[in-house]
Amino acid sequence: MLRLDGVNVTFGDRRALDGVDLEVADHETVCVLGPSGSGKSTLLRVVAGLQNPDAGRIWLSGQDRTELPPHRREVGLMFQDHQLFPQRDAGGNVAFGLRMRRSGRQETRERVAELLDLVGLPGAQRRTVATLSGGEQQRVALARALAPQPRLLMLDEPLGQLDRGLRERLVVELRALFRRLRTTVLAVTHDQGEAFVLADRVVVMNEGRIAQAGTPLQVWQHPASEFVARFLGFDNVVDATVHGGTADTPWGRLPVPDGTPTGGCKLLVRPTGVRLTALEDGLPCTVEARTFRGGDAAAVTLLLQPEHGPRLEASCALREAPEAGESVGVTFDGREVVRLGP
Amino acid sequence: MGQGVDLARREVTPGKDSREGQTAGQQHREQREHRDSPEHRESPEHRARRGNAGGALRLALMAVPVAFFGLFFAYPVAAIVGRGLRTAGQWHPGRLGQVLADPDVLHVLWFTVWQAAASTGCTLALALPGAYVFARFDFPGKQLLRAVVTVPFVLPTVVVGSAFLALLGRGGALDEWFGLRLDTSVWAILLAHVFINYAVVVRTVGGLWAQLDPRQEEAARVLGAGRLTAWRRVTLPALAPSVGAAALIVFLFTFTSFGVIQVLGGPRYATLEVEIYRQTAALLDLPTAAVLTLLQFAAVTVLLAVHARTVRRRQSALSMVPAAQTARRPQGRGQWALLWSVLTVVALLIVVPLAVLVERSFNGQHGYGLEYYRALGSVSSSAAFTVAPVAAIGNSLAYAAVATCIALVVGGLAAAALTTRGGGGAVGGLVRGFDSMLMLPLGTSAVTVGFGFLIALDEPPLDLRSSWMLVPLAQSLVGVPFVIRTMLPVLRAVDVRLREAAAVLGASPLRAWREVDLPLVRRALLVAAGFAFAVSLGEFGATVFIARPDAPTLPVAVARFLGRAGEVNYGQAMAMSTILMLVCAATLLALERIRTDRSGEF
Repeated sequence: MLRLDGVNVTFGDRRALDGVDLEVADHETVCVLGPSGSGKSTLLRVVAGLQNPDAGRIWLSGQDRTELPPHRREVGLMFQDHQLFPQRDAGGNVAFGLRMRRSGRQETRERVAELLDLVGLPGAQRRTVATLSGGEQQRVALARALAPQPRLLMLDEPLGQLDRGLRERLVVELRALFRRLRTTVLAVTHDQGEAFVLADRVVVMNEGRIAQAGTPLQVWQHPASEFVARFLGFDNVVDATVHGGTADTPWGRLPVPDGTPTGGCKLLVRPTGVRLTALEDGLPCTVEARTFRGGDAAAVTLLLQPEHGPRLEASCALREAPEAGESVGVTFDGREVVRLGP
Repeated sequence: MGQGVDLARREVTPGKDSREGQTAGQQHREQREHRDSPEHRESPEHRARRGNAGGALRLALMAVPVAFFGLFFAYPVAAIVGRGLRTAGQWHPGRLGQVLADPDVLHVLWFTVWQAAASTGCTLALALPGAYVFARFDFPGKQLLRAVVTVPFVLPTVVVGSAFLALLGRGGALDEWFGLRLDTSVWAILLAHVFINYAVVVRTVGGLWAQLDPRQEEAARVLGAGRLTAWRRVTLPALAPSVGAAALIVFLFTFTSFGVIQVLGGPRYATLEVEIYRQTAALLDLPTAAVLTLLQFAAVTVLLAVHARTVRRRQSALSMVPAAQTARRPQGRGQWALLWSVLTVVALLIVVPLAVLVERSFNGQHGYGLEYYRALGSVSSSAAFTVAPVAAIGNSLAYAAVATCIALVVGGLAAAALTTRGGGGAVGGLVRGFDSMLMLPLGTSAVTVGFGFLIALDEPPLDLRSSWMLVPLAQSLVGVPFVIRTMLPVLRAVDVRLREAAAVLGASPLRAWREVDLPLVRRALLVAAGFAFAVSLGEFGATVFIARPDAPTLPVAVARFLGRAGEVNYGQAMAMSTILMLVCAATLLALERIRTDRSGEF
């Protein structure tokens, strides 16, 4: 459906996109994940034709569309803050793309009603943009983008401005909707939770380059680099030398999974792999802080200062959590240790 | 007027279910930051590519306004200055010194400056509480009152003069009731100036004040600042540049005041503008008039430069929220007292003069009636006119309509040029200079422009002396700055990404302009047309020179009536002023209906 070949975009002396290759298959949902400034919005603008690449080609349905102006690309883009037309009502916004494609009046009316039904706003045609709440605007924007049946639907931080409860509900709805419509979707977000729920495949971006691509599970289980690991929220990353089933690290000797290649590398220890024991049974640490996270497991995150080496994050259940200032011993679970790429 | 709320604003709708934790202002700011983030800027090459096209487009758009101003502003003004300072092909810069050393001229200059300063001070003192009340209080009839307050601003200055004459002058309302006459004192002039400019302060300062986030002040209070300290430390600094800009505009207007002084000043008081008129029209002393014109020109240029700087400084980031959120009903005795005192000031200062004007127009020699209005319909009633004075209404409306069209075309093109992106630093600088240039007619002596028209536009191919086009051309000069100032913020506020959204949905660039820009701008265009119409209708300084005797405009007719002795002439002046006031007020009320959001600068 969509293919990008070596796309470069430069702003001044900064590269917003640096040799980006990307493919999105028919009916696939791909989420581009990255911190702000990583180039993800630029990526969407390049595909939509709102930003010309300095180098590289863009292919849509097998045809080179690099030079095509945006209004002839037949892609849909949902803007970050929706960009609904303030002078039109909800129905007028949804009908806009259909009118541009010269649909008949009757057909347009039916399609608008159908789409507003689809996004859960039946009968909202006459409502003005000003009277729509944030969530409703988001739904109208989605209906507007879907109405002309674009070959590719792109979403820029689709749920960025909504509060958490609404976001969690909508992201599940969106996923179901895209499955049902068999829409090809390219979305960008900075929220890993959102990306993991929505996407068949995630693409992590850093400073204009693709840092890793894979299914949500692959990326979560095997972050390709220290950047990806830290972006996913894992901070227990150390230099290590692997040999014979163990690794030498500043925290001492750590077990590693079978088949880990020997030699120098970075190691990630997930917080759940840091086990608390009696002081004399493991690496002695002082508890610097404990943070109650809530959630189903009533988890507590501990910040530990080991006797030697950088600080460690550990996760444990509430009833086992020591108080700040206590001393504890720490051992490591080899199954939660991951070798990171260079 | 002035550039009240120059900050580009967009409708920000606070969500009901989702954005409670965020203020609209925050959202707004985030959207902005997002838009300005590097990801949304273009690459230099791309920008350069578009820049060349944009620069060319800008220059093309500027061509018509520049030609218009060169031909109908710069050329006539230069011609009259040249006529004054050059005899037999020789320049006489010595005239400058001669005139400037003249004690009479110094006296006029001194009076011009101090009355402008005093008028500005009085206006601020009376209108700032009004700005606060309009910004922060919600009360029934607020919309109507806002319109009422604005009526004087669009009222022809000659009408203002006659209203105050009816109130304060010989045989005026106060004279009858209390034996009090102020038309011989400077107070009448100051009051009339406050009357006209009250709206400038209320609308520009109040417009910004209404949008300042009250939570800024609340934050200061929570941090331990008292009510007054919080206001002084938080609100005042945010308002100060806007107060400064409003003060400068008021000073500019009163500095160049003509109609009011002409009617109320008598022989004792004259501003530079009045003196220029006297020197040209009465004494035919062109050299002195030329020097005075240059003097006024220099002063106005300085004022406009300072104003432009103030406005630029004001465009710093302020925490803004939609105005509707900040106003609420007054609470407590103090706030009610403030509201009532402002209402009293408005009643005494604005409603009473207008009411007295209307009353005088009906108060004939034989009791109340339509006597003066009927007299307007006949030729014989006055030797001042060769046609029935009522014809002046038709003339005025026709002239103003043509002037409005010219102002819309010229001002619209100029505003488009000012908001088009592209072109390098050189084009940018050129455009900024162009922006200031277009403001100049607001402050330049209208008398000079009018007389300059007669002197400069008298040779083929541009012999317009006997053409009726001369009047609307001169009138449109003052309309253009209003059109530009009204259109600019709206054009600037059209979000680029709305156009992008339209493009992605399949709209070609032209279609996107028609579907997105035009509907957003249409209302501003109507508002601009209304203002241009009102100021054209009231234009006096230039029109008094160039209107043909058989085709006077309303203000010219009023002035002619006032210049003649006799009860009937006076009554007819009042009647004509009333008609003029009604036309202007009707235009304004129509505008208030169109403009439900206060997005313009006036």
